[in-house]
Amino acid sequence: MSTNTIVSLPDQSTARIPKMNFISKEKGLLSWLLTGDHKRIAILYLVSITFFFFIGGALAGLIRLELLTPQSDLMATDTYNKVFTMHGIIMIFFFLVPSVPATIGNFFIPMMIGAKDLALPKINLLSWYLYIVAGILAIYTMAAGGVDTGWTFTTPLSTHYLNTHVLTTGIAIFIAGFSSIFTGLNFIVTIHKMRCPGMTWFRLPLFVWSNYAASILMVLGTPVLAIAIVLVALERVFGIGVFDPTKGGDPLLFQHLFWFYSHPAVYIMILPGMGVISETISTFSRKRVFGYTAVAFSSVAIAVFGFFVWAHHMFIMGISNYSMLVFSLLTMLVAVPSAIKIFNWAFTLYKGSITFETPMLYSFGFMGLFTIGGLTGVFLGSSGTDIHLTETYFIVAHFHFVMVGGMLMAFLAGIHFWWPKMTGRMYPEKISQFAAVVTFIGFNFTFFPQFILGTLGMPRRYASYPPEFQVLNVFSTAGATILGVGYLLPLLYLTWSLKYGEIAGENPWQATGLEWQTQSPPLTENYPAIPVMDHEAYDYEWLEGQKEKVASVG
Amino acid sequence: MSHISQVLWQFLVKWLTNFSLYPPEASKIAPQMDALYFFMVLVSLIGLTIVILLVTGFSLLYSKKRHPVAVQIEGSTMLEATWTIIPLGLFLIMFVWGALIYFRVYTPPANAMNIYVVGKQWMWKVEHPGGQHEINSLHVPTGRAVQLTIISQDVFHSFSIPAFRVKREAIPGRYTTVWFEATTPGTYHLFCTQYCGTEHSHMIGDVVVMTPDDYKRWLASSTSGASLAQNGERLFASLSCAACHNNRPDARGPNLANVYGAKLTLANGQTQLADEAFIREAILNPSQHITQGYAPIMPTYQGQISEDGVIALVEFIKTLNSDYRVQQTTATTTLLPENEGKSTPAGQKPAGQGMVKQ
Repeated sequence: MSTNTIVSLPDQSTARIPKMNFISKEKGLLSWLLTGDHKRIAILYLVSITFFFFIGGALAGLIRLELLTPQSDLMATDTYNKVFTMHGIIMIFFFLVPSVPATIGNFFIPMMIGAKDLALPKINLLSWYLYIVAGILAIYTMAAGGVDTGWTFTTPLSTHYLNTHVLTTGIAIFIAGFSSIFTGLNFIVTIHKMRCPGMTWFRLPLFVWSNYAASILMVLGTPVLAIAIVLVALERVFGIGVFDPTKGGDPLLFQHLFWFYSHPAVYIMILPGMGVISETISTFSRKRVFGYTAVAFSSVAIAVFGFFVWAHHMFIMGISNYSMLVFSLLTMLVAVPSAIKIFNWAFTLYKGSITFETPMLYSFGFMGLFTIGGLTGVFLGSSGTDIHLTETYFIVAHFHFVMVGGMLMAFLAGIHFWWPKMTGRMYPEKISQFAAVVTFIGFNFTFFPQFILGTLGMPRRYASYPPEFQVLNVFSTAGATILGVGYLLPLLYLTWSLKYGEIAGENPWQATGLEWQTQSPPLTENYPAIPVMDHEAYDYEWLEGQKEKVASVG
Repeated sequence: MSHISQVLWQFLVKWLTNFSLYPPEASKIAPQMDALYFFMVLVSLIGLTIVILLVTGFSLLYSKKRHPVAVQIEGSTMLEATWTIIPLGLFLIMFVWGALIYFRVYTPPANAMNIYVVGKQWMWKVEHPGGQHEINSLHVPTGRAVQLTIISQDVFHSFSIPAFRVKREAIPGRYTTVWFEATTPGTYHLFCTQYCGTEHSHMIGDVVVMTPDDYKRWLASSTSGASLAQNGERLFASLSCAACHNNRPDARGPNLANVYGAKLTLANGQTQLADEAFIREAILNPSQHITQGYAPIMPTYQGQISEDGVIALVEFIKTLNSDYRVQQTTATTTLLPENEGKSTPAGQKPAGQGMVKQ
């Protein structure tokens, strides 16, 4: 074994993918479309969200191309409005929200807690079908002419002033919402009821904790989004006037409802990503996560506080000074658990034995970019600076640092980390390390200039802009090109590795999680027999002991 | 540098010499907000540096090569308390500091000069008290507190002046206010920052800051002949408001003299301060705002008067400090051009026209 990697693969000349596994068990399209196996559903999700990610990414490319020049010359302003709206809707509802939970979470939460499957396999499949129906509707609206409300659907613009496909898009999001509610519900029930013997709450991997927190948000938050969408539809079709001031309605009410979901939604997206980072940082530094309980409870704290900060999106909209005080204060409080996590991860490295495989590189990227994203969030949570920075490119940069720099990095870290377990084969290490670095550089080039643009006052959602902002926009577009390469590379080499990757064996990373103590790819039932958890999470000494046992027996 | 294209080179030089990290500071609040902004930038840089140092430092010190066997550490309550309390303290400072600035930006001083702004798809209409109209531009003097009373006629817009560091949402059906005191003459960007449909990115304009003398000259040269209140007076007459609001003993509507700023008792027993927002609501939605002692007979003017018209009426009502003016209006109703045929000089539109929705 070389000294700068922990990868230990079986002898490639004799190693084979196990004959019996969840992929080989049944063949044919129907065996996938009618499956109840959480692992197969996770794969279905992975394929579909990748598809939507690249559609959303193509739309992002169009946005950056338009913004290369100050004039709106690539497309009409209406088209531009549709493009950024569809980019937002697809990326948020069809990629970010389901990304980690529905793929990695779906695949590994049952395995991590030593269960055979999720508690409600049919509901799990239903949630994928709902997602697909919603996705098809979203694609249909794009093909039929698109929608230009912005992903925020602000009334009365969305209810009275636009003649685009607002209703169909609304229905698509409504359905996608139920897909997400079902996933959350399934996770909560499974984590409560199906832990294997010995798997106490404080032996759960932190990935499970953070998905549990995100599931609570999904179950409690998403219905409010559904309500808001129904009200928009009723207002559009019947003119009931809830949001119409001329009928005694309140146009701000919609934003309260919308952000009551959509702020927690940010945590729905980021919490599972944080869970991935806890796993990778621990594995590649061979150490238990520093302050396990603090990290676990900070996830729960984020989920709880996350529900009470929504009006910080409305500081400049004439909410009362007292609401501003409450919401600004709570926003500051919700920033603290994130800071705790960052420092705990950093100190997990302390006295570790660190290697730098791709998942670790993505995790380092996550830590840096999420720190910037989190700190700039404080600029917006502080009501004074929010006045100047809100509704500008500063906001755009901030949430892309959190969502793309944070969440997408975490997603890629997770995909690379668990790829050997899901497929039984390794991805090619060198090129994927290269892709991780390219992504990091491209990302910073794309989004860092946008902080300066925002501070200078450039408003978001502008198809054209004053010429003095051009240079920074050129940087941003150039960066987006690099970023695009960074995202295409994994698509190519991961596909390649399905056939040509090295055989991974049970536990290529020498990781401690239960999912690593069985064959890759796993059996349909996950384990030959229900495992018993007889050690703490991230117990590397236990793992060494196991190896010695095997060695002495062998 | 001959191998670099001349055009590109000049472009870069021009950009680098004009490059700035923040917009010009052209209002009194701007330096105060920038102080907080740079404090936050500083704290963020320190925080980010600490994270980067920890991650790279530990990565170098404890890489597998140098440190083949990890030492298991459970955690440390002391350390965790440190990185809970220090960020919390810093965030709380930012919270208090930010709130102080927020209160300052949204609490206009009593002597502020009021300018109305109406947002509509896709333009900004500015109404000065002297009757000067502007579209997509705003002229203001230096050294004087200026309050903007903002409303939208259709969807949400947002009135943003980056150089002043102020921004306020224009909301349909509701007045919002913001104020500033400009300090440096010049022309600055005016943006709509709330996405409002097709031409959102063209809903931009200029804020022109002038010395008080220049501003006076501009006011004189841009007058439309009638002040905002006078426009309101014409509307008041043409809508026959004085038929009821005339302070006769048998008047069917309450007397409007001195009503602005008064505490009214409403039919439902509530006490209500008659501010601009209340007067607007009482015109558009009268049945909800009946003064005690009067019958709910006033028809709604919702949809009949544009927001500019309402503003003119509000301004007129604000100037009423005796019922003399109302009676004058009653007397002049018959003299209005609409009632009397075209008596105004050719080419000069009566200022009140166009404010009533056709």
